Amino acid sequence: MDEFMAARMQMAVSLGFHIVFACIGMVMPWFMFVAEWKWLRTKNPVYLDLAKAWAKGVAIFFAVGAVSGTVLSFELGMLWPTFMEHAGPIFGMPFSWEGTAFFVEAIALGLFLYGWKRLNKWVHLYTGMVVGISGVLSGIFVVSANAWMNAPSGFDWVNGQAINIDPVKAMFNKAWFSQAHHMTIAAFSATGFAVAGVHAVLYMKNKLEIHAKAITIALAFASVAAILQPLSGDLAAKNVAELQPAKLAAFESHFETQEKAPLIIGGIPDVENREVKYAIKLPGFLSFLAHGDFNAEVKGLEEFPEEEWPPIPITHYSFQLMVGIGMFLMLIAALFFAGTYKWKHWFEQKWWLRMLAIATPLGFIAVEAGWIVTEVGRQPWIIYGIMKTKDSLTPMPGIQYTFYTITAVYAILTFVVIWLLSRQIKLLQSKYLQNG
Amino acid sequence: MAEANLIILVICLLLYVILGGADFGGGILELLSRGKASKIVSRAIAPVWEANHVWLILVVVILFVGFPSVYSTILTALHIPVLLVLIGIIMRGSAFTFRQYDIEEEPTKAIYSAIFRFSSVFTTFFLGVTVGGLILGEISMNYQLGFYAVYIHPWLNWFSVSMGLFVVLLFAFLAGIFTVSEIEDKDYIIYFTRMTKRLLIALVVMGSIVFATAKLAGHSLLKDFINSSISVTCIVLATLALPAFWYFLNKNKGNWLRLTAGFQTILLVTGWFAIQFPVLVKTNSGHDITIQAAKAPHQTQFYLLIALVVGVLIIFPAMGYLYKTFKFSEEPES
Repeated sequence: MDEFMAARMQMAVSLGFHIVFACIGMVMPWFMFVAEWKWLRTKNPVYLDLAKAWAKGVAIFFAVGAVSGTVLSFELGMLWPTFMEHAGPIFGMPFSWEGTAFFVEAIALGLFLYGWKRLNKWVHLYTGMVVGISGVLSGIFVVSANAWMNAPSGFDWVNGQAINIDPVKAMFNKAWFSQAHHMTIAAFSATGFAVAGVHAVLYMKNKLEIHAKAITIALAFASVAAILQPLSGDLAAKNVAELQPAKLAAFESHFETQEKAPLIIGGIPDVENREVKYAIKLPGFLSFLAHGDFNAEVKGLEEFPEEEWPPIPITHYSFQLMVGIGMFLMLIAALFFAGTYKWKHWFEQKWWLRMLAIATPLGFIAVEAGWIVTEVGRQPWIIYGIMKTKDSLTPMPGIQYTFYTITAVYAILTFVVIWLLSRQIKLLQSKYLQNG
Repeated sequence: MAEANLIILVICLLLYVILGGADFGGGILELLSRGKASKIVSRAIAPVWEANHVWLILVVVILFVGFPSVYSTILTALHIPVLLVLIGIIMRGSAFTFRQYDIEEEPTKAIYSAIFRFSSVFTTFFLGVTVGGLILGEISMNYQLGFYAVYIHPWLNWFSVSMGLFVVLLFAFLAGIFTVSEIEDKDYIIYFTRMTKRLLIALVVMGSIVFATAKLAGHSLLKDFINSSISVTCIVLATLALPAFWYFLNKNKGNWLRLTAGFQTILLVTGWFAIQFPVLVKTNSGHDITIQAAKAPHQTQFYLLIALVVGVLIIFPAMGYLYKTFKFSEEPES
């Protein structure tokens, strides 16, 4: 592996790791908030136990999310100093707001986790809500900064220098809105299905009320998100079609510019022969997806010099995976709503619980795939159309070793977190079974 | 404008040194103490530790938004010690949380504790080494000079290593103050008072070693300190505060103790900034990076300042409320 690849892989591993924790950290406080609120309303102690159990999960995920986020703020400069030197003053504003939001989140979480006895119960509930709100806000700010890399604005690039910098325009770049809502909804969907799935597995073993309640709360959030996601995805796709046509073409392995462009589902892209084998093609649907018109022309990869093509197979597969999972999760969401209103007995059925169990990791796989689509799809650019990724690499040799070290640390951490959570769950389970 | 942002950066750095330092030091103190004493330390820092660490993120953000070339130069030349700090931060933060939230069971708890304590020392040491590398001014921007000259030499030298040890002692000392003023049990107050005193003595000794190694390395640290009126004032005030500090420590006056210790730390950092000013990164080629050269354009500085001021207005009351709520520690609920 060469230096450049090692640096990119390190970035991918660090971001891929952080994203999972960040999503859970911004969404689970909402579940915990709802559980506590339900407890205050109904006085059913099961809700209190649920809120406390979830709070432990939040604490673990938040802490690991916080340290991995701190690492990222350094890694950007350690791996891509040239990029940060130019981009920092332009796209830094959302990061400074994110700092505040994250700070508020950490303070509110400290109050929430340790304040069960010390705070008035409504104040306590309120701190939980503050954690949720500031978490979502900090997520939006970070995504807005990333969006700038896809749709750079708020400066003029003259002779390799940025002049006339306008940080506000950079923050509210053309991609920020479509990326921010898509990501926020994805976080709710992924975390909701993951939490519901874990409780579904437990419910299959022991039909405890706490798990049933947990599934309902988590799925309520997840289902709304899963139903909204295709709409959000459509907006996002149109945005990409407008701003980064090469990226859209790579999603779909769409080589030739054509009208009534077909939507390509599945298949194996053959970059050399510029075709996709074994794919289902729906004529006109890509045109519709990209431009809202079945007859519209969609730019193919041929319009761009080959050295500016993003890696096509990985982008293509990731995109297909993301959309496929999104569809499946939408199906579960539809069943959930149908069941809630009409066929309540479903929810006791094995097939339903199994379906939820299968969905446990899917949302996060889709989130990872989505980020691969965004980030790998932007290559070879680190600032789209302005600066190439390879031109911003640190001069320090031996990045491979940094990459191996960081990867090993994160691998161990992932393993420990999973192990830790399973121990927590077992403890909760045995406590409930003893009490009957 | 850039100056205002720089001042906020220094304040964040100070708060990180004092609050985050007390927190890092908690791990070091745990390593030095036995049995129940180490539990007392961790209980004192549990509710506030996450918030303490956000100061570092603010420092980094202000650097890359407001002074981007400082950020990229430091992270290129000091890549290796910074990486070690980061690994330490990951291990430490995770181990602390895992210990807090894993079910009560040995020997896992003991493993988390060991990782937490060891990585507290490790992280703090390399933080100090990194700062030492910055002060010494051996940073080279001529990347053709070879791996050793550019990426090793600036931080692997006696001065940086003694700075590392100095910061370890400083943080342990700050944690000692924090713990002493936080606990109520008489026996442990005596225990930690004694430990804090020893740490203070060690700190003063280490401080003179730092100056000595600076001289050995050909750096005029002591002379610069004496030549700058601000630095001299800082040193004099810090020394004058020592007897007062000793008195408060003996009388166990919690709040006064924190104030004087915080005050001394502020003086220490301010003294360093005063001799550095207006240079932000010293290099060995004579092309030092000054505020003037590093500062981002006016528009950026302006919006950064707005974000920081609004942030401060939100954060400080919230932080105050957090500290007020947990002023007296209690067993966290499981």
